[in-house]
Amino acid sequence: MGLLDIKDISLAFGGIQALDRVSLSVEPGELYAIIGPNGAGKTSILNCISGFYTPDSGTILFEGRGFSKERPDQIAKLGIARTFQNVELFSHMNVIDNMLLGRHHHYKSGFFKNAVLGYRAEEENRHRLKVEEVIDFLEMEQWRKHLVGSLPYGVQKRVELGRALAQEPKLLLLDEPMAGMNQEETEDIARFVLDVHEELETTIVMIEHDMDVVMDISERVCVLDFGKKIAEGSPREVQKDSEVQKAYLGEDYETVMRGAGNP
Amino acid sequence: MAVTRFCVRTYEQDLRIFPSLAARISLIIFGLVLLGLPFFVGKYVVFVACVCGVSVISALGLNILTGYTGLISLGHAAFMGIGAYTAAILSSKAGFPFVAALPLAGLMAAAIGAVVGVPTLRLKGLYLVVTTLAFQFITEHVIYHWESLTLSDRGIILPSPALLGYKLDTYESFYYVILFFAVAAAMFTKNLAMSRTGRAFVAVRDRDIAAEIIGIHLAKYKILAFVISSFIAGLAGALYAYLMGLIGPDHFTFNQSILYIAMIIVGGLGTVFGSVIGAVFMVLLPEVISAVTGPIASAYPTFSPRVGAISVIVYGLVIIGFLLFEPDGLFGIWIKIKRYWKPWPFTY
Repeated sequence: MGLLDIKDISLAFGGIQALDRVSLSVEPGELYAIIGPNGAGKTSILNCISGFYTPDSGTILFEGRGFSKERPDQIAKLGIARTFQNVELFSHMNVIDNMLLGRHHHYKSGFFKNAVLGYRAEEENRHRLKVEEVIDFLEMEQWRKHLVGSLPYGVQKRVELGRALAQEPKLLLLDEPMAGMNQEETEDIARFVLDVHEELETTIVMIEHDMDVVMDISERVCVLDFGKKIAEGSPREVQKDSEVQKAYLGEDYETVMRGAGNP
Repeated sequence: MAVTRFCVRTYEQDLRIFPSLAARISLIIFGLVLLGLPFFVGKYVVFVACVCGVSVISALGLNILTGYTGLISLGHAAFMGIGAYTAAILSSKAGFPFVAALPLAGLMAAAIGAVVGVPTLRLKGLYLVVTTLAFQFITEHVIYHWESLTLSDRGIILPSPALLGYKLDTYESFYYVILFFAVAAAMFTKNLAMSRTGRAFVAVRDRDIAAEIIGIHLAKYKILAFVISSFIAGLAGALYAYLMGLIGPDHFTFNQSILYIAMIIVGGLGTVFGSVIGAVFMVLLPEVISAVTGPIASAYPTFSPRVGAISVIVYGLVIIGFLLFEPDGLFGIWIKIKRYWKPWPFTY
């Protein structure tokens, strides 16, 4: 029994079958990568897990508990955090406030305690401390009070990761954390993802197009193509899989492989 | 060596509402000036100050909804009207005392606010604006035509309010009541903005998808924003009704709603300081205009019929000017001034 068990989920948009009976299981403490060509249904899986889409059929179990009609905010409370392919930050707030928002469901006091009975500095302090830990962890001290909208793209991606970490999730979903980054930024993020995985022992499900990174850091890889799971296994196994080679390189994959010096 | 520059050392300090000593001292001086105001100025100035106070309260309410949560409402005057009429009917017909009518007026407006908030769960942007606009006109219509209850355009006369046996029948005495509520509303809004709830509001405004994914219940916070905002509007409306002593349907028209939107745009969206200064600015603007145009009109009698139009033109110009040149409003100007003087006397 894994931390996250997805059984036979299907999802269709009109005539397009985005997901076709996909099953996968993520063990606690694992770094699991989902790869596949564009439009393979990778983000759709994440959207199903985080509650933006409801699958047409199949079940999703998190810690053995099934959920079906939960809203995204309820799923976040269960301990699932995620980042987005296109950065989804609160651009008019500074880095600290963005991350404090990640602490939202860890706060105990509600509206009346906050506004009517006076401002709760004690609780605010406690969460601020946690946020500062995350800021230290991601080495972004220098941007602490900068407005997020004014930061470069690579840093914004890191803020988003920080916001997800501030939630102290049991399961972290990363949707293309390295997209649109240069070599150096990619290496930085890869290092942070590994740090999160090893030091915080968070289970991570990652979608990524950068094959070097995926093959380097992930423990298990699942390959999707046109909404179907075509392979699963260690990076080495997946690379050798003929279905995967066909999906990425086309029908004539053998010629291509030979041309690249891989008999 | 004396510490000349304000410096944050702990999180507590960083989280204070007024972090610097200078801010606290100037706030105390400002408070004393407000407390002493009725002793130094004439009756009319006190009345204008009362209107300023009511507008400040109401603008704070609208800023919670529009500035912080990003739900644009063109029906704010309607909520004030509901509060005002609730207070007026309760006190004139049922004989409710001031202390009971005031919170009930707020609650009535809040209850209706919760209902008006429901469409926000499905509507965004312009569609929501049109919904609140419709609410504004429906309320105006109901107030005008439910004659048995509201006496239509004859208006309702309110008994003068009393508090703990003291009659608050002068502008000077009622000024302190309004001052108390204005300060309370400002503190409430500031507390709210700096807390978890306020941050969630801004998150809903900036990016609702991201807000949802980090565990913010969108429906709850959108409705909450409407409830808080309309409660404050209802309270402001009730205070306005007691201040005037007579209310009619033309006090809470669509134009008033626009005026409140103008206040928070001119002052600065999503700031407490902006709501206060914007409200005061927009209330004093017509006073200034009439002070300037009054002598002109008396010197050139042929000009006097057009004086009214001038104030409308100036209103429009002010809003356009702010939107074009200073979208952050007076608050933005204030921040720029502060930033300019911060390193003084050095250049940077």
